[in-house]
Parts: sequence; C-alpha cells; structure tokens
Amino acid sequence: MENELKIELGKQGVFVTTIEELYNWGRKSSVWPMQFGLACCAIEMIATTMARYDMARFGAEVFRPSPRQADLMIISGTVTKKMAPQVVRLYNQMAEPKYVIAMGACAISGGPFKQGYNVLKGIDRYIPVDVHIPGCPPRPEALLQAFMTLQKKIEAQSLTGEDRPRHLNAEASGEFPVPEQGEHDLEPPVNRLVWPLPAQVK
Amino acid sequence: MKTETTPGYAVEQATQVEGWNRPPVVHPDGEGELLEVSMGPHHPSTHGVFRMDVALDGERVVKLKPVFGYLHRNHEQIAESASYLAMMPYTDRLDYFCSLSNNWAYALAVEKLVGQAVPERAEYIRVILAEFTRVQNHASAIGFLIQEMGASGTPLMYAFREREKILDLFESLTGSRMMCNYMRFGGCRVDVTAAWLEAARKVAAGLPQFVDEFEALLTGNEILMARCQGVGVLKPELAVNAGITGPMLRASGVNYDIRKVDHYGIYDRFKFRVPLGDHGDIYDRYMVRVLEMRESIGILNQALKEIPAGPVMDPKAKIRGFKPKPGEVYGRIEAPKGELGFYLISTGGAEPYRYRVRPPSLINLTVLEDLCLGQNVADVILIFGSVDIVLGEVDR
Repeated sequence: MENELKIELGKQGVFVTTIEELYNWGRKSSVWPMQFGLACCAIEMIATTMARYDMARFGAEVFRPSPRQADLMIISGTVTKKMAPQVVRLYNQMAEPKYVIAMGACAISGGPFKQGYNVLKGIDRYIPVDVHIPGCPPRPEALLQAFMTLQKKIEAQSLTGEDRPRHLNAEASGEFPVPEQGEHDLEPPVNRLVWPLPAQVK
Repeated sequence: MKTETTPGYAVEQATQVEGWNRPPVVHPDGEGELLEVSMGPHHPSTHGVFRMDVALDGERVVKLKPVFGYLHRNHEQIAESASYLAMMPYTDRLDYFCSLSNNWAYALAVEKLVGQAVPERAEYIRVILAEFTRVQNHASAIGFLIQEMGASGTPLMYAFREREKILDLFESLTGSRMMCNYMRFGGCRVDVTAAWLEAARKVAAGLPQFVDEFEALLTGNEILMARCQGVGVLKPELAVNAGITGPMLRASGVNYDIRKVDHYGIYDRFKFRVPLGDHGDIYDRYMVRVLEMRESIGILNQALKEIPAGPVMDPKAKIRGFKPKPGEVYGRIEAPKGELGFYLISTGGAEPYRYRVRPPSLINLTVLEDLCLGQNVADVILIFGSVDIVLGEVDR
C-alpha cells in the first residue's frame, strides 16, 4: 500500500497495516532477556537496567530467571570451557523465537583471556549470535545500541519465503548440539553448522 | 574407570583433617530420602556462575558442596608469561566491582619487590579512589543481598544510582567506568585536576545523605530483621581459623582491619573507626557494611581536604621493561571484600616466576557449608549473598 494513502486513511481513523508489520512490531517491543550473568559485563548489563540507562524504555526490563520465559540471551562475559555446555543447554531450553547478543570482547573472541587454556574463543562457535558488541566491558549505551540493532533486525524479518525466521520454518531446528568435556578440549571443538570454515580465496 | 592418586597424597586422607570431616549424609530418622538439589551455575542469585550441590531434609540443609571453576580464566597462568605492567589491566578483572583496589594491591606488591617509593599526592589519590570503591562496593553488595531477599530491585536501584555518580568520577579520571587500569608502580598514571577534586568533594558530600536514606529504608525493616537476625551465624573462632577477612570477619566481632594493622599507604594519618559486629549473623554483616561506608566517607572528606600538591609519579620509577632482583614478596591491602594479597616470586626475569592472588572472596566462601548447615534452603541464598563474593575473584 502506498504511504500517502496510508496517511490519508489514518486521518480518517482507519489504521491499515500488514500482518508482518504488526507481528514484528509486537515481537520487537517486548523482548525479554534472560537473567543470566557470566562475568564483568554482567555488571554493566545490570547497570543498563537501572535508573540512569533504563532499559525499560525498550520493553526489555523484564529479566526472566527461567530460559523458558525468555526471548533474548545476553552472553555477558567470558565463557569458559566448563561453562560452555551449560550456555548451549540454556539456549536450547529457550522457546522460539530466540535471539542472542554477545556482549563484550570475551563473548566474541575470548578477549583478553584468549590465550587461556580454559577460555572459549567466542560463543558463536556453538550458537548463532545476532548482535556482537565490542568493548571490555561495553558501556551501557553500547548494550542499548545493540538492543536497538536487534530490534531493527526483528522489524525487518519476513514471515514467509526462504529467509523466514527459524521459528516459522518447520524444517529448521532451534536446538544445537551441546558440547561435552573431552580429554583435552570440548568435543566437538566447534559446531561447523554455525561456525563454518572460511571460504578459500585463490 | 580406575583412578590413580598421586603417591603420598590420598584423597581419603585429605578429608580426614580434624574438625573438617563431615558425617555421611543419612536421613536423621533413618528413613525417607534426602533431596539433592544442584543450585547453579545458572541461578538468578549466584552472583555469576557458581554451583552449590545441596542435600535437603525437607527444607533443612544437611550438606552443601560448593563447585567452583565456571569462570576460571587462567589469570595466574597468563601472569607467568606477561610482564609486570601487562598484568595491571588483568587485575581490574579480578574483582570487577573494585578494580582500583585491585590495582593498588598489585602495585603495592611490585613496589615492595623493586623497592619503589610513592609520592605523597599519589598516596592520597590512591586512598580517595580506594574509599570511593569501598562505598560503591558495599552499597551494591547490600543491594544484591536485599534483592535476594525478594525486594526485586528497589535497594539495588538506590545503590546503583550512587554507584553511577562514583563511576562518573572514575571515568573522567581514568577513561573507563569499571576497568580503570590507573595505578602504576611508583604512583598513578595521570594527575587529578582541581575540577575533578571539586567534583569528588561534591559526590562525597552527597554520600552521607544516601547512606541515611538507605538505612531509613532497610535497617529497621521488619522483613529484613526477621530474615537476617540469627541466620548464618559465624563464630569468631571459626572465622579466624578459616582465614576469613574483611567485613565478614569484623561482623563476627574480631577487630582486624589491615588498614589499621599494616598501616600501608598513608592510612595512619586518617581518623577512622573499625566497626565490629556482635553476633556474626547476616544482619551484623549488613550493619558492618553500612557503618564502614560511613567511615569511608569520613576518610574521603579528610583526604580530599588534605591532598597536597606535587608529582603523582616518581620520575625515576621504572614502569615497563624492568627486571626485579630475585626474591619473593607479599603485598596486601584491605580490599572492600577482605584481605587482597598478591604473592610474587621473581627469578630476575622480566615476568614473575610465580604470581599468586590471595582473593578474599574465595577464602570467605570456604565457610559456606558451616554457615548453611541446619538452615532453610531459602536462607542459603541470603547467607551466600551476605558473604559478598565476585566470581571473577573466586575462580580467577
């Protein structure tokens, strides 16, 4: 529908929209994060929900302790190899649609602790990440920015077609294999479905 | 699978230390079953990733086994291949509420190792920053404690409102809100400006009102008293034997404050009292923290008044690329959570041969089972909160 016609109808008290817009508007306006802190970044995450930064403006102040009630997982801190299976399991327990924000250098790549033997070099080796925030730790404004980026992403998703989100695709699975503690490292060390080998350029 | 033990060290013997062995878990009536609950590592009130394997008889705790290591980030191992200066930013990430205290403890240890003096003005800046850190740490710790009691967020909102003001000061001075990386061996990285001192005085002047408001909300609160008084009692003998330090030890009535004992820095110039508890329960730990905030505000006012002019860095101090003489050293401070110590062994190289952190959080946590035995499972969360730990420091 043309935008001018929409505005004209709006003046006459008729609100016209598409199911897709309405659906995505509802989704993006009430993304409930999981109450789940890992390390230093969790404190900045808490600061974001407090009075000065007030995450409630974005409809996301309701932190749910249970993964079953949460839409968004904020990986706030270093994921160690001992913790990685639990993180993936929690992600699997979340109901679709679900989103992930990797907050801070550690969650993205291991950050300053990358050389450590017990530190996972980025959570996107096991689960798909929607938004990455750099910083050690990122400021609360950066988390809000990431949140707005996620909202734009939700707003733009189409409900039908090849690129429809996972929860509308009966064939796509929202569960990812949980790594196990192997003899020397996590088994498997990466999930190639979400962390494919880089394409070789000749 | 057959497990092999190291010769000379049997696992069975290790648990046979007198006074530490626990009776086996059986139901007191000889019938019925104990419920084993695994709390964590994802639990809304575990302050991060900490697990407790709890055995319950009804609501009562009969056994509690803490499981660490979910945030083990190889802090000490990284130190053995990094230069002395390169570890300074890592110390920020130990106890990420109190990065400036951690900086100070590490700088103190290295200064001891190389025999480096610190200029007067830098000492004052260190005291000011450490006391601001203590105030915001205690406020947040109380906020989290009350949140675990069920007051979802309200006291924490008050605490974080004040914390943001203090973090603004840290940010304008050091460039970062949380990971300040500010102290250097032989002083501080940059000088404070007159405007910063004025802003700090303003924040410090507003703090007593905040503590009054906080206390008006909490101290006489009936729910807080009912939940906290007489719960999780730590006897002074056990506290001393287990090496507990900080507000937790003083809540049990033991007068031990490293600021008074060691006179490190310039603490002997300031007038302040050491608040002590009477009963060693959660309420006393809460109260000691509130009173310590008041004492810290007193130190802040004195330091902000007396701060002299001068350099903040010893011009002859070597910051990077130095090789200390072989030797070992232990530097400790009274961090907000207890005794934070760094034990360094140098063999003459550019990096420490051994770098050991004595974290107050981990050692204060060792008595968790003693505090929780016989208590209700809902109180375990409170007792845990009253210990005031940060997982970055427990697991390192």
